[in-house]
Amino acid sequence: MNSGLVREFEKLLGPSSVLYRPEDLLLYEYDGSVVKGRPDLVVFPDSSEEVSRIVRLAAGYNIPIVGRGAGTGLSGGALARTGGVMLVFARMNRILALDMENQRAVVQPGVVNYELTRAAEPYGLYFAPDPSSWKSCTIGGNVAENAGGPHTLAYGVTTNHVTALQLVLPDGEIVRLGGPHGDTPGYDLTGLLVGSEGTLALVTEITVKLSRKPEAVKTLLAIFDSVDDAADTVVDITARAITPAACEMLDGWTLRAVEDYIHAGFPMDSGAVLLIEVEGLAETVAAQASAISDVCTAHHAREVRVARDNAERDLLWKGRKNAFGALGRLAPSNYVLDGVIPRSKLPQALRRIRQIGDQYGFQIGNIFHAGDGNLHPIVLYDPRDAAQFQRALEASAEIIRYCVEVGGALTGEHGVGMEKSELMPLLFSDADFDLMRRVHDAFNPDASLNPGKIFPLSKGCGEIRVRPQSSSRPGAA
Amino acid sequence: MTTSSTNLAPALEALLGASRIFSDPAARAVYTVDGITPPIVAKPATAEEVAEIVRFAALERLSLIPCGARTKLRIGMPPSRYDVALDMTALNQIVHYDPGDLTLAAGAGMPIAKLNATLFEHHQFLPLLVPWYSRSTIGGTLASGIDSPLCQFYGTPRDFLIGAEFVTGSGAITKSGGRVVKNVTGYDLHKLLIGSLGTLAVITCLNFRTFPAPLAGSRGFVASFSNAEGAIALRRAIAQSPLTPLTLDIVSPGLAQIFATQTPATPEIAVFPGENRDVGSSSLPPIGDWFHPGEWHLCAAFAGIPEVLDRYKRDLSRLAGESGAISTAILDDTTRPAVWGRLRETLSILLESSPIISIFKLSVLPSHHATLFSNLEEIANRASLAHLFLARAGGTIYFALLPPTANDETAGRFAEASTQIFESLSAVGGDTALLFAPTSLKPRVNTWGSWRSDLALMRRLKSAFDPANVFAPGRFAQIPISPPTPS
Ligand SMILES: Cc1cc2nc3c(=O)[nH]c(=O)nc-3n(C[C@H](O)[C@H](O)[C@H](O)COP(=O)(O)OP(=O)(O)OC[C@H]3O[C@@H](n4cnc5c(N)ncnc54)[C@H](O)[C@@H]3O)c2cc1C
Repeated sequence: MNSGLVREFEKLLGPSSVLYRPEDLLLYEYDGSVVKGRPDLVVFPDSSEEVSRIVRLAAGYNIPIVGRGAGTGLSGGALARTGGVMLVFARMNRILALDMENQRAVVQPGVVNYELTRAAEPYGLYFAPDPSSWKSCTIGGNVAENAGGPHTLAYGVTTNHVTALQLVLPDGEIVRLGGPHGDTPGYDLTGLLVGSEGTLALVTEITVKLSRKPEAVKTLLAIFDSVDDAADTVVDITARAITPAACEMLDGWTLRAVEDYIHAGFPMDSGAVLLIEVEGLAETVAAQASAISDVCTAHHAREVRVARDNAERDLLWKGRKNAFGALGRLAPSNYVLDGVIPRSKLPQALRRIRQIGDQYGFQIGNIFHAGDGNLHPIVLYDPRDAAQFQRALEASAEIIRYCVEVGGALTGEHGVGMEKSELMPLLFSDADFDLMRRVHDAFNPDASLNPGKIFPLSKGCGEIRVRPQSSSRPGAA
Repeated sequence: MTTSSTNLAPALEALLGASRIFSDPAARAVYTVDGITPPIVAKPATAEEVAEIVRFAALERLSLIPCGARTKLRIGMPPSRYDVALDMTALNQIVHYDPGDLTLAAGAGMPIAKLNATLFEHHQFLPLLVPWYSRSTIGGTLASGIDSPLCQFYGTPRDFLIGAEFVTGSGAITKSGGRVVKNVTGYDLHKLLIGSLGTLAVITCLNFRTFPAPLAGSRGFVASFSNAEGAIALRRAIAQSPLTPLTLDIVSPGLAQIFATQTPATPEIAVFPGENRDVGSSSLPPIGDWFHPGEWHLCAAFAGIPEVLDRYKRDLSRLAGESGAISTAILDDTTRPAVWGRLRETLSILLESSPIISIFKLSVLPSHHATLFSNLEEIANRASLAHLFLARAGGTIYFALLPPTANDETAGRFAEASTQIFESLSAVGGDTALLFAPTSLKPRVNTWGSWRSDLALMRRLKSAFDPANVFAPGRFAQIPISPPTPS
């Protein structure tokens, strides 16, 4: 980036809010995904007005811009695919208002998910969307990806908890959408913006609903000898229309890796476990827990344990939420996939994933939100082995194709980003893309904001103005 | 090179066949919107046929208004043009239903009651207990943005619509979302259709997640109060308790009076599995003696196993006592429908009660209700207009003004009161929409109130979906495009 431009940004924001040296930029060329893209400049705005000024300055020079929260995204959403200015929201991390009576909070986008729950907890409230990355990911990132989490099975994903947004459009204009109440007359622009992966506008303020903590919670660990039995159990629980608060599966291979590291109490010789939580009135919880226990037993669960206290419950969840970290000890890198299928297809999907693993020579683990059919197969690979990485990509594309074949979709919560943009034609027709592009252009007409995401770069979609892919070097580590 | 309306019928007949095009006045009359009767009615049976008509309309610069059972067509501003009514009721099939996955796709013209009858066989349902329940289609309900008392527990369609197929203003069959309960693939365009009043696209198919239906043994609860404060206090106590009722509404004394004295013309039908009431067979049972004209009422519903029902009865009675309730009642299977049916049918009952009633939808946080209730009463009294309302615990208020007669003088009073309503809502950060009003009154009020910063974006979206302005021109909010200049 030319030094004159760097100075302009420094003049605008002060030198401590601008990074431009290659060694400083290094950290920002990754997110949680397996792809890369380096920005030319990283800036740390402090307010919506500052965001607007940055955007205007960049627009004047025709430089692309991309927003970034904590960079935990798993689809390359927060990467500067075509270079340009990256806005990191780390300093916009204030909780602006907590309204206990109406169960609302107003936050800046850089607030870490867990911090909001911690602030609301003394009042018996919490923020329901709880991605496993909740201790580091930001609410801005959650809004952009429409993040889910183990407990979104019963309580809904991010979009179900957002009522209003403040945006900065790519031309610098500041706009408010929705309202504190959530049901505003006119088109539901808030619903469109949530999950738009930072391609329509930068989000600078978010109004969310807070949920009330339930009176009673029971956490069950159902232990199975086979993945098939565990999967059949999930199908049956769903078909009986029992909605637990959470229903997570870890297969045997994954849980052994986790247990070695975290000692959560998962039996080392089991084929799979289900971590199931029921919440609500004491009377409901008792009945649901026993109904679920019966279903597990009917599908040959070896044992159904009920966590005796909070400490045991926290330990089980620690095992679930830190599983990806545990797997990191087994291979230099892991590729966490994210596909979604109708829940009635779960057993056959897990069998197909195993087959695909065999075919491509990978041991594929599964640790995922089973209750919503949201698969997370994990492929371990060594990024230094380019051929192996290529095979990992092919195996994952095959899994995603299978998800689509059985009536599912490309991504349940991690987003399309730059990871899956080329797979989008599996689901969408030219007419679908045409409308999505028009909607994109209604907000972001020059594709200056987060270019190269969601839309396939390949043929037929040339109208989305994406600069050449120079700084994107997937897998070249 | 537009086809004149006399040539329209043959041209459309060439597309759909003569049996699906109606041009005789009697057939067309029921499609009238705000006094405008369309020259032609077309009744396509497939998404492809819809697309053909839309392409034809775009080419010929005609304007279309899509409709379902036409129960909520009165919402919105009068159309500036209306050439073809697009009757969507022939797209009425269940396209996909996977009870094991609790997911469903159905044609836009599918009546909710009929759909639910199928879902009941699997002990599931779609929690859309909206007014005109026996006739309303899923497409029309979604496009009208009307909510159901059950939104207290299940949320609005925004929370359970998982995908849609629709025809854009260019005549392209387009989709978004999918058939799975969790999905972030592509933009959530289907959410934009909610409350869009047919102005963005013609909905052809909707995908929902379904829910386990409450058991037939679910209960109702009514508590009455001498003032609004008591009802609000009880509502707050319930909201802060571990209870999660299915519905939670406050009924104003004026509405209690109507509930007690009027029976809706809309036939009552089973809304839950196990209720032996056939479609169209009976009308709502008379309301019991729990509704006292002149008093405020808090109504709740709850469901579950016997232990849970006992818990609700116990806790609700205790909380009602602490809030100073005059009386409380628990309603069972025989008495519950009388109250639930009226809560669901509030809008239809009100519109049947008077041809000149006007109904606003106010969206505001519940903590503002106490102040707002008295402000609204004052506004109505100042204009000498009768008023009544239903307030949901989530904050939405359906507020009705009842002019005694329709003439210039009452219209003036109404317009003045409307302005004050819009103002008192914006003062507390709320939003207002005028849902229903006699056609003559609509032009005197901006149906959406004042300028908003996202209006330009909404207009750009309208052009993205419907570049030739084929769909329902003029019905979308008529709000000044620029912000008010400070005086
Ligand atoms: C170990 C681990 C576990 C995970 N578990 C889950 C899980 O259970 N569920 C789940 O859904 N995800 C999960 N994720 C993925 C990730 O944490 C989520 O997608 C999260 O929402 C990203 O937040 P972030 O702050 O890191 O965003 P980033 O990665 O920084 O950005 C993500 C996207 O948001 C955009 N963005 C960020 N801030 C803004 C803003 N203010 N305005 C506009 N656009 C913005 C970026 O441009 C980018 O497109 C997990 C990730 C990891 C590493």
